[in-house]
Formats: sequence, structure tokens, C-alpha cells
Amino acid sequence: MATDIKTAADHGAQLKALLAQQGILIAFIVFTIGFAFSSDRFMSADNLMTVLRQAAIIGTIAVGVTVVVIGGNLDLSVGSLLSFATVLVVDLHDKIGPAPAMLVMFVATMGIGAITGFLVGYLRLNSLIVTLGMLSAIQGIVLIYTGGQNVDIREQDGTWFAVFGRGYVFGIATPIVIFLGLAILMEIVLRRTSYGRKVFAVGGNPTAAVFSGINRSRMVFTTYLISAFAVGCAAVIMGSRVMGSQNNVGQGYELLVLAGVILGGTSLLGGSGSVLKTVLGVLILAIIQNALILMGYPYYTQWLVTWVVIILAVWLDVASKRGRLFTTFN
Amino acid sequence: MQQLKQLVLTQPIWLFVIAITIFFSFGSPHFLDVQNFKNILVQTSTIGLIALGMTFVMINGNIDLSVGAVVALSASLAVGLQSEVGILPAVVVALAAGIGLGFVNGMIVWKTGVDAFIVTLGAMIGVRGLVFLYTQEQSFFATNFAYADFGMSAVGPLPTLAIIFLGFAALMHWILTSTIHGRNTYAVGGNREAAINAGIKVGPHMVVNFMIVGFFAALAGVTLSTQMGAATPNLGRDFELWTITAVVLGGTKLAGGSGSVIGTLGGVLAIGILRNGMNLMQVPAFYVLVILGVILIAVLFIDRQVGRKGAQELRT
Repeated sequence: MATDIKTAADHGAQLKALLAQQGILIAFIVFTIGFAFSSDRFMSADNLMTVLRQAAIIGTIAVGVTVVVIGGNLDLSVGSLLSFATVLVVDLHDKIGPAPAMLVMFVATMGIGAITGFLVGYLRLNSLIVTLGMLSAIQGIVLIYTGGQNVDIREQDGTWFAVFGRGYVFGIATPIVIFLGLAILMEIVLRRTSYGRKVFAVGGNPTAAVFSGINRSRMVFTTYLISAFAVGCAAVIMGSRVMGSQNNVGQGYELLVLAGVILGGTSLLGGSGSVLKTVLGVLILAIIQNALILMGYPYYTQWLVTWVVIILAVWLDVASKRGRLFTTFN
Repeated sequence: MQQLKQLVLTQPIWLFVIAITIFFSFGSPHFLDVQNFKNILVQTSTIGLIALGMTFVMINGNIDLSVGAVVALSASLAVGLQSEVGILPAVVVALAAGIGLGFVNGMIVWKTGVDAFIVTLGAMIGVRGLVFLYTQEQSFFATNFAYADFGMSAVGPLPTLAIIFLGFAALMHWILTSTIHGRNTYAVGGNREAAINAGIKVGPHMVVNFMIVGFFAALAGVTLSTQMGAATPNLGRDFELWTITAVVLGGTKLAGGSGSVIGTLGGVLAIGILRNGMNLMQVPAFYVLVILGVILIAVLFIDRQVGRKGAQELRT
């Protein structure tokens, strides 16, 4: 009998550990099954592809932001940067051709990422305020560049640029390929390379990382380059899908992206997290959105559900580490 | 001279306010008009009111990202309900909604131990959902002209909205500097553990401050809707960013434990004067965004350098 009880307790502990570590995966499965019962159309391959496709832009950016957050910083400038990159690539498309336009866009976007990275990494300024300042400054630059006008691509049918937003690779929509491809690549970089280990080290314990001979400034700097690169990829999808761009197309994206990252269990304190879990976090938000619309609720219902889901997810995470549900201080 | 040095070290933003005031008075002949200063006060009152509450929450070491959504909710309630229940009850409901949401935010932060940034990020998204749910995506217009007249009214020489803003600024300054609640605000932000050990009821204290910022966001929603005589569901977008910018410009630290209402007032005026002055000089509004972004980062940099110097002086 005694062994039985012990085993039961072990099972309990195991279950707790599993919930704590893989909570987001379990939540993902629960949501998917739940929605599958609530609407016949939800589980169709077409619909699931639509969900992935809609999540691709936010998801691609979230991959980059996850790296920044693991490194112990925030990036609120990604929304403005998405506007900047999309406007630039769309505007230059007709002027200098698709390939040069993309090249210039990536250089310019990562150039801005380098400025942010320099301010946060080398000057050690608070990342929340720096990227808040960059958010405002970049939005201003976009408006100055466009003169407040929206931009578009004239010859929409004749350009191979369409492949990124509207095309397919081996039968899978290109945005999904870009999103998941970048996610898998970054997961490998973070888990399997010394670069990835250093990012975790810098975010987890900066002082210890410096004593281990890691160049903290350079590591933080590079996380912002990665974030800007991811924004560039998202801009290619966005520009190609819409074949045009409003000058505030990315407004508010920074917080939706952050919601996905947080839901994926990446700690805002840095040092822990996972790109693949961020993907699940973004997908959960996209699935909720999709299912609520299929069930006939107005689109803004998803915001109310998101509110509850985000706080519950982080609460469970915090509570499992604390060992109790509520805080004890008065 | 010593006092000037003290001002530069403690309130660098006021030096900046004085500098741009002098600059714009040369740049535009209309800038120094009394009427223009009234305009600046009215224009800044919206962000200014929210910033008063945000100062308390940020000195506490917390943050509130949901203020923009609360502005939209309270404006919609105040304008939407007034045809049924009358102006005053509608405004009371709007303010109560803001205080109530602040209570919810505060209780979650206290009881769950989830970081305020995450709690209020969730609320920012969710409360916007409440706004759309209540308004059904419609804009509301005030049918009673008395409501819009209030936004335009003046008491003696000063616009009513400016008086409300400055009055509350004085009140919050007094609370922060001269009451137990104010002292606790610094104590909790400076070292939460120590505050708990000192017997301060940290949880209820933080809840009160979230209710204060909720009240001010709701009040800003009401005053903003009196200026327009209307409310739209997308009102207040980005207000959280502007408010945080103003508070940080005013010298409040994100980590908590330091900050002042006087500084926040300077931060709010700096933004207001820049916008107004560049407008008068016919600089496109786009440039203001760039300049504000650069100034925010520059202030952060200078602040750190000054702080370093101060620390060195202490050591020697």
C-alpha cells in the first residue's frame, strides 16, 4: 500500500512538472479539440491552413522578438518597423525592381535594428524606453518618407514578388513556409549552437555571463539584428500579400506579438523561453480568433478571450514556480 | 547658482521646457500669445491627467498599459449613456468604470503575482474588446450641447479643462509629498520586500494606485469627449505610449522608487509645447514623432550619465 501511495504522489509530481513545462502544448491541444467539436468547419484542412496563414506575419515577428526577450530585453519598435519595411519594399518595387527593393529594405531595416541594438546593447539603456522612442521615431520616418500617402504596386499580376504572400511552395502557402522555416531555424540556433547558449546566459544572469567571458553588449546587439531581420521577412509577406501598404500597417503589432511570446511562456525577465512555444502561443491566439468567428461571434470577442487567456497562462506559470496559487503578502 | 544646478540635476526636463519656450517664441510670433498658452494647457490636459495617475503607479514599480482603452470606454459610456440617464449620472458611471477596471488590474497584480506589464497588456487588449462590445463599433455624439459647451468653457481667465488638470496636479503633488500614502508609494517602489517587512499593506496600497490611474484615465476620457462632443471606439489608441513617454521624460524611473508630479508636469508640457510650437512653425506633424523619439532616448542617456556622476560624487 505504502508504495502505491508513493507512486501516486510521484505521478502527481510528474503531472505537475509536465503541466508546468508543457502547459502551452497541452493548452494548444485542448483548444484545438474543443474548437473541433464546436464547429464542423474548424478542422477542415482549408481552415487550418487559413489559421496558419493569418498567424504568419505576427508569428514571424514573434520569432525574432522571442530571441530579444530571451536575451533579457523588450522590443516595442517592431510594429513601426514593420510599417517602415513594408512601405519601403512596396514603394521601391516599382522603382528599382523586386530583388533590389528587398535588398535595400533588409539593409535599411536591419540598420535601424542595429541602432536599437547599439543603444540597448552598448549604451546599456533601458530597452522598454529605447524601443518606445524608436516606435515613435520610426513611425515619423515612415510618414515623412510617404508624405502621409499610402503606397502600392501597380503591376500586381506580372511580378514574381507575389510569390511571398500569395504563392505556394510544394503546395504549402509561402507565408507559412517562411514563418515555420524561420521558427525552426531559430530554435536550432538557440538550442544547438554556442551562440544560442550565450543568448540564454546573457538573459538569465548578465553578470555571470560577463564573468564567463561572453561579450554581453555584442550579444544583445545581435538579438536586435535578428528581430529586425524577422520584421523584414514579415514585411515581405505583408507587402506581397497586400501589394500595397498603409503607412501605419504595423501599428499595435508590437503588443499582439508580445502577447504571443508571453503566452508561449517566455519570461519577460529573460534567460528562458522557446521559439517553438512562441509559435504555439501565436497559434493559440490565431485559433481562438478563427474559432470564435466560425462560431458566429463578432471579431472583437477574441480580445476579451485573449485578456483572460494571457493572464491565466502567466498566472499558472508563476503559481507553479511559487508552489501556491495566490501571493501571501498583504 | 546652486539652486540652478539643483534644478538641472533633479528636474532636467524643466530646463528643456524653458529652452523650447524661448526657441519657439523666436520661431513664431503667435507662440507667446496668452491664448496659445491656454490652448497648450487644454491640449495637454488629456495625456496630463492620465500621466498624474501613471506617475503613482510607476513610482510603485508597476505600469499600466490599459489606460488608452479605458479612455475609450469611459468616453463611450459618458456620451452613450447621457441621452438616457442624463449627463451627470453618465459621467459618474464612466468614472466608476475606470476605477473598477483599475481595481481589477490591481487585484490581479496583487493576488496572482503576475507582472503589471503583462496584466495590463492583457487588459489593454480586453478592455478595447469591452469598448467594441458596448458601442457595437459605433461612434456616439453628444445630443445635449451642454456637454460640448463644458469642454469649451472657461472659469475667469482659464479654460475649465486646464483648471481641472492643474487642480488635480496640485492635489496629486500634495498627496505624493505630504501624506502617508505618498510616502508609502516611494517605499513600495524602492524596495517592496522592505516595505512588506515594515508593515506597509503593500497589496491594498498598489490596488489603490491602480484605481487612481483608472480614475484619471476615465476622467481624461470624459474631458476629451467634451472637447469633441463625441466618442469613437478607437479613441485613446497609443495614449499609453504617450503617457509613459511623458512620465519618463519627467524623471520617473521604470524600476520604481523615484519620480515626482512636478517632473511629470514638465514631461507633459514638453510634449505639448513641442507639438504646438512646431505646428505654429508649420513643421509637418510627422517630424514631431521623430523628435520626440530622439528626445526620449536622449533624456534616458543624459539621465544615466548624470546619475553616474552623482554616484561618483557620493563615493569621493
